[in-house]
Amino acid sequence: MGEENKVILHGMWASPFSKRVELALKFKGIPFEYVEENLKNKRPELLQLNPVHKEIPVLVHNGKPIAESLVILEYIDETWMNSPRLLPQDPYKRARVRFWTSFVQQQLIETLLTVFETDGETQEKGVRDMLEKLQVLEEGIKEFFPDGNPCIDSNNIGLLDLVFSSVFSHYEIQEEVLGIKIINIEKIPLVCSWLTALNQLTLVKESIPPHDKLAAIFKFVREDALKSSSA
Amino acid sequence: MSEEVKVFGAWGSPFSRRVELALRLKGVQYEYIEEDIFNNKSPLLLKYNPVHKKVPVLLHNGKPIAESLVILEYIEETWKSNPILPEDPYDKAMARFWAKFLDDKCLPALWKAGWSPENEREKAVEEACECLKTLEGALNGKRFFGGATVGLVDIAANFIAHWLGIIQEATGHELLSAEKFPHLFKWTDEFVSCSIVKESLPPRDKLLAFFKDRIAGAMDAPTEASK
Repeated sequence: MGEENKVILHGMWASPFSKRVELALKFKGIPFEYVEENLKNKRPELLQLNPVHKEIPVLVHNGKPIAESLVILEYIDETWMNSPRLLPQDPYKRARVRFWTSFVQQQLIETLLTVFETDGETQEKGVRDMLEKLQVLEEGIKEFFPDGNPCIDSNNIGLLDLVFSSVFSHYEIQEEVLGIKIINIEKIPLVCSWLTALNQLTLVKESIPPHDKLAAIFKFVREDALKSSSA
Repeated sequence: MSEEVKVFGAWGSPFSRRVELALRLKGVQYEYIEEDIFNNKSPLLLKYNPVHKKVPVLLHNGKPIAESLVILEYIEETWKSNPILPEDPYDKAMARFWAKFLDDKCLPALWKAGWSPENEREKAVEEACECLKTLEGALNGKRFFGGATVGLVDIAANFIAHWLGIIQEATGHELLSAEKFPHLFKWTDEFVSCSIVKESLPPRDKLLAFFKDRIAGAMDAPTEASK
């Protein structure tokens, strides 16, 4: 790959934030180099690329770094304008996609972390909040799937699909580790069929890490969090 | 073509003032509806923002948009005069990065530092100063974050230019000083001196009285609703 238009993604295999950028690049057919970063022992290069947050993902395009996954996704969409377009053209429709993406990013992820990192009553409340928020999402996505049938393919996948998939496509592994049902088809049928449609895409299927590896890291994160909160 | 543009806001909310500022910068006429966000949110607000039930909400030809940064992007894409975002995708990404930094890290840290109880103050102030130091670096000697003119990041940083100083006066604790953050301090002056910005800020004495009134009680972090 020549220096011109060189794309490097600094990420972490289990991070939903880096996963969504990976998916965007793959769906758009953008060749890129992937650099796995060690978050326990961050390299000086990563700290230089993202001095403000010291986090992944960082996309480096033509030597210029961009951090924050949602900022990166919009950058990708504005720089490589081939299909799939991650955002619609119409400003109002773009606002709706951004609104719901922000909802997943700010509300759902925070609640999911609560469920993962706590137990007892705190966790139970987290589970109730999670269902409530997923039910809000269930209502919200009706405007994107007016006939109740999420028909997603590699040409029409969008920003909200990528963000949601990066967090929930491996929900079965999350449920297994937690021993808790998160995605309940009776309570959130449209969200379920959306997730099913996403998980049928080859690129999404291929991007989910191996079961045992992901289960192990989820268990570790949970145990670590419970230990430090009781210390 | 007649357009209907309405803003549901709250007089003291930096988030709803962001939206008003962007519309004014672009010369867009709008109707303002004041919401009593503490005691009595209107049925219309709840109808137009059922998910969060917060201000600001922009209503354009009957279609509602919520979340101030989402609204700002919508305004930019709909009314093309006096752009608040650069054209170049990389520069645009940088602007969005800083706007997110303000909302996700900076504003919550500043708020916490302003209202922390004595025993938590030192750590909260340290975190807030880290954020201000980062912004000082981001400004990099420019007149505005947007360069020669007010842009998205300046608009998003409105809390720092106006509300922060008033909170400092109300609490007696200083965070943003000219000595520690000379460029950022100068920026606050440049920003509030712009006539369009000045018109879009809540009156200083009213805001000061509001903060002094509530100084005794514990307060939640500033989210879209609380101010």
